[in-house]
Amino acid sequence: MRVQVTINGEKREADVEPRLLLVHLIRDMLRLTGTHIGCDTTHCGACTVLLDGRPVKSCTVFAVQADGRELLTVEGLEQNGKLHPLQEGFMQEHGLQCGYCTPGMLMTSYAFLKETPNPTEGDIRWAISGNLCRCTGYVNIVKSIQYAAAKLRQGGV
Amino acid sequence: MIPASFEYHRPASISEAATLLTRHGEDAKILSGGQSLIPLMKLRLAAPPHIVDINRIPGLAYLEERNGALRIGALVRETDLEKSDLVRARYPILHDTSRVIGDPVVRNLATVCGNLAHADPANDHPATMLALGAQIVAVGSRGERIIPVDEFFTGPFTTALAPREILTEIRVPLPSLRSGGAYLKLERKVGDFATAGVAVQLTLAPDGICQRVGIGLTNVGLTPIKAGRAEAALRGARPDEAAIERAARLAAEESEPAEDLRGSEEYKRDLVRVLTARALRRALERAGKGG
Amino acid sequence: MALRTPAEIGGMGHSVKRKEDPRFIRGKGTYVDDVQLPGMLYLDIVRSPYAHATIKKIDTSKALAIPGVLAVITGRDLEKYNLHWMPTLMSDTQMVLPVDKVMYQAQEVAAVLATDRYVAADGVAAVEVEYEPLPVLVDPKKALEPGAPVLRTDKKDKKDNHIWHWEWGDRAATDRAFQDADVTVKQDIYIPRIHVASIETCGCVADFDRVQGKLTVWMTTQAPHAIRTVFALVAGHVGLAEHKIRIISPDIGGGFGGKVPVYPGYVIAVAASVLTGKPVKWMEDRMENLQADSFARDYHITAELAGKKDGTLTALRIKTIADHGYTDAAANPSKFPAGLFHICTGSYDFKAAHVDVDGVYTNKPPGGIAYRCSFRVTEAVMTIERMADTMAHHLGIDPAEFRMRNFIRPEQFPYKSALGWEYDSGNYVGALQKAMEKIGYADLRREQAEKRKRGELMGIGISSFTEIVGAGPSKHFDILGLKMFDSAEIRIHPTGKAIARFGTKSQGQGHETTYAQILAEELGIPVADIQVEEGDTDTAPYGLGTYASRSTPVAGAAAAVASRKILAKARKIAAYLLEVAEEDLVWEPGKFSVRGAPQRSKTIQEVAFAAYTNHPQGMEAGLEAVSYYDPPNLTYPFGSYICVVDIDKGTGEVKIRRFVAVDDCGNIINPMIVEGQIHGGLTMGLAPALFEEISYDENGNIRGGSFMDYLLPTAMETPSWETDKTTTPSPHHPLGAKGVGESATVGAPAAIANAVVDALWHLGVRNIDIPITPHKVWKALRDANVTE
Repeated sequence: MRVQVTINGEKREADVEPRLLLVHLIRDMLRLTGTHIGCDTTHCGACTVLLDGRPVKSCTVFAVQADGRELLTVEGLEQNGKLHPLQEGFMQEHGLQCGYCTPGMLMTSYAFLKETPNPTEGDIRWAISGNLCRCTGYVNIVKSIQYAAAKLRQGGV
Repeated sequence: MIPASFEYHRPASISEAATLLTRHGEDAKILSGGQSLIPLMKLRLAAPPHIVDINRIPGLAYLEERNGALRIGALVRETDLEKSDLVRARYPILHDTSRVIGDPVVRNLATVCGNLAHADPANDHPATMLALGAQIVAVGSRGERIIPVDEFFTGPFTTALAPREILTEIRVPLPSLRSGGAYLKLERKVGDFATAGVAVQLTLAPDGICQRVGIGLTNVGLTPIKAGRAEAALRGARPDEAAIERAARLAAEESEPAEDLRGSEEYKRDLVRVLTARALRRALERAGKGG
Repeated sequence: MALRTPAEIGGMGHSVKRKEDPRFIRGKGTYVDDVQLPGMLYLDIVRSPYAHATIKKIDTSKALAIPGVLAVITGRDLEKYNLHWMPTLMSDTQMVLPVDKVMYQAQEVAAVLATDRYVAADGVAAVEVEYEPLPVLVDPKKALEPGAPVLRTDKKDKKDNHIWHWEWGDRAATDRAFQDADVTVKQDIYIPRIHVASIETCGCVADFDRVQGKLTVWMTTQAPHAIRTVFALVAGHVGLAEHKIRIISPDIGGGFGGKVPVYPGYVIAVAASVLTGKPVKWMEDRMENLQADSFARDYHITAELAGKKDGTLTALRIKTIADHGYTDAAANPSKFPAGLFHICTGSYDFKAAHVDVDGVYTNKPPGGIAYRCSFRVTEAVMTIERMADTMAHHLGIDPAEFRMRNFIRPEQFPYKSALGWEYDSGNYVGALQKAMEKIGYADLRREQAEKRKRGELMGIGISSFTEIVGAGPSKHFDILGLKMFDSAEIRIHPTGKAIARFGTKSQGQGHETTYAQILAEELGIPVADIQVEEGDTDTAPYGLGTYASRSTPVAGAAAAVASRKILAKARKIAAYLLEVAEEDLVWEPGKFSVRGAPQRSKTIQEVAFAAYTNHPQGMEAGLEAVSYYDPPNLTYPFGSYICVVDIDKGTGEVKIRRFVAVDDCGNIINPMIVEGQIHGGLTMGLAPALFEEISYDENGNIRGGSFMDYLLPTAMETPSWETDKTTTPSPHHPLGAKGVGESATVGAPAAIANAVVDALWHLGVRNIDIPITPHKVWKALRDANVTE
């Protein structure tokens, strides 16, 4: 089947089997390897991308379901050489160690902050409860998201 | 984690979907949220030769009160339920339930109707719909029929839907005055199935007597359980602490839990007792607030 | 510790932002599964559903009939090259692929080689294996009973399932102390099997270049050089010489010990690549990772404490059965099959102690230390800290007070423990005091007493642990004979920038930043001007890798020593340039100046340039140094953790209300990174304490073999950790630093377990084994007739 997606603003096409998982389309065929695979039971969230603006676990979506739709992955966060405040926040607040869960965390929180621009710590922990991290213990991930929320509220884009 | 091959169909309408189901019968599975189906396929515990993707069918994502019921369309996502002000205000039991299904990302795709159609005894909405006394709308090539929710769950992963039928809508009765509900789920962590879950929806008469009550139990049997004896004990009674405790004990007796990694039978039974009492108290609190 | 360098240089003590982050936050890391080479094939593995079974037949015909499936490799194929068995890191033997029988559920049985990963998966599903089940042993105690089936039938003379017996300490003195004691307490403690489950699983891309005769393997490994040497020794007979093997450990998505062992998948992928001349990728999925890869813990412990009426501890006696799975593949230092378990006298001044451990074979996957444990120190700390609380409660002494009475005092350092370790430095009283102040200990005890009257259950648990890291001195430490030194190779370029390579391998610990900070501290070169590399065995100096918190203690020391060699040469060059004697030069970070005439100076950059353009006659050009550091001792970080829990009587849920962690790892390179390590470590202490367990039914079927039931905490289950520190430098480390990566995993479980037992002691509860699930708590309450 022919699948056409707009990914990070760019139109891409591929010929795929219906059973091809979206995460494999993104990683293996479109060669955007920032989205990661961490489990096989839809728990870890390392594969989180935005499908038409909503975070989804791309390991639990068939590529054919994304046909004609818009995808945003971690590679699409930086715009014109400028990092998104979340990317800055994760660096400033030491929100990553091995970096493997980070793209998923970034994508989930990107959508979350659009909806909840002034979150409490509890809101943030709730929002990222579908993304597992083994390295950071989450404390600095929360701080990174708080940093970004503050920056976005101040008008930083 | 790689599924077996299948043929993929993307119907543009319900009738087209129904035709596909009729043609392929048991070989076809509906794909809506896919958050239960796709994991099973990745483990090759399910390998349907035909997948019928209904996600592009227009007009199925409605969540509205119309003609005497809250209507939840086939493509309403758990997130939509969770974030709906209408649901939070008027059907807090549904808000409670949607929040504890999977995790926030999974909820962006998982559908409410799918949660019922999949009929995993560990799914959460079934108990809630039993407590609410909802109706299921099933559409096949022969047209539409209504199935009352307490006839819907016939066995583990089995429903009253015929193989060629699609669950297109859930209808929840409009809330009456002095009604309240709550869903309490004990999970080991976010994203887990329930160790036990209890849904309570009740309506009080003006004098405070319990006029109507529905109690549904999650993951303590081969199907979701309607705790009929607990309900009967409360109906027409004053829901004081003694009545609550009595109903809670009866609900525990009506449960049929199996031992697993979450705990023993005795533990789960006692959880039903504890959670039923807590859910009743919460439902009463909400009923008192003029819900 | 006062900062010796300004922020622009970024030496020790600065919270320099990490140099590795820019690629990770852009999704531009290179993890093994990101590697894609032209013509690359995929390997997927057929695994046994049985825990113990004879293989009667492997039918590969249906698999081979699938277009795109190129080969199905079995044990018989590898047997031709004598690759079907290989040594473990403990000098036992393990199967790569079985010829006769399988010995654990999920064991590798055959491997499918295909053109893409989807076809490989179809191939795996199509391989048909006929098994004849054999009796299964999952209980190590049953495995030791006379008449139990002998599992290792491959070992000609083996008549039982006992692997080794190891003991340490003065048994006679300990037994005497117990006889003479006023009071003794005894407790059985089972620490179950867990799995570290880093978010990235294990895998490799093996690429054999037929023209060059060279094998390159991108691999998820924490110890690339050791792997290279092992491959050369194991596969030397098929033509792989060590100079023709290159291991590249790229970005690693978490290791924690799980990426130290040599898994069969790696070896099969290498064999497949050598046989086909094509690159072969093997990437396991999560269930394979949980079910077959190296586990941790599984210690059945019986511990006893002897003491005086006033609570003074006199002796410790421990007997342990260690369940190792079907082979001993734990990557312990070879002299210590129970790792560093004999640190179990902990922070207390014991006069006598004795510990004995028996390793046992069972029908389970092998391993033992792959979960951030510093070689069994989690087990040691759990034991001593649970026992300290047990004795304290038994005597009616407050657990904090009990510890204060028994701590090794600061003036006793360096301290020789009853089990032979020489602790370098410590201030246990200080750390506990700080933790108690921070959490408001006295108020909490008052609150607990009030709540108890109302039947509310609240607990306070302490863990005052001593860690032991930095393996290790060559006198006692080796893995497969390889001594546990580590290395740093530093070269300064003409324009004053530097490149430094190490024998360790970061999997998230931030070495690209912290090693640069050591150089910045020693040489005054800004962190931004220093490039740090690890993980490519073609270029990095030989080292034993990163695990057991050894990088800072060993390779960090090497960095300091090598830097000082460079500084010594730089001083000579500066003296030459400034035309003064070396003794007349004063060094401040980044600059030599003439004593009494500070305006006459040379920066380190000017010196570096001169090393290539204007070096003194008779001196070699260049400015570089190598150090292979053999540590004189281990380092002993420590801390005190205090945990407050509230227990829901109805459901048995344990809610952590607060958790204060005070850690001491000596002088700190980067406080931000250390704090991050503590946060992560605490979460990996929480996880086994309340959530994680891998268990088996009597048929050897795994329970908890996927994330459905193997429960990693999310941000909702994880408390908001509160951290603080004390600083007690290591007297023998060149930087006064100790390791810290595992302290929190080691120390935290006991604090949580102690808190729960503390909450329930008055109801008669004496112990609940971890993971302390709501079910277990509910059961303990029920047994005590307490319900909601």
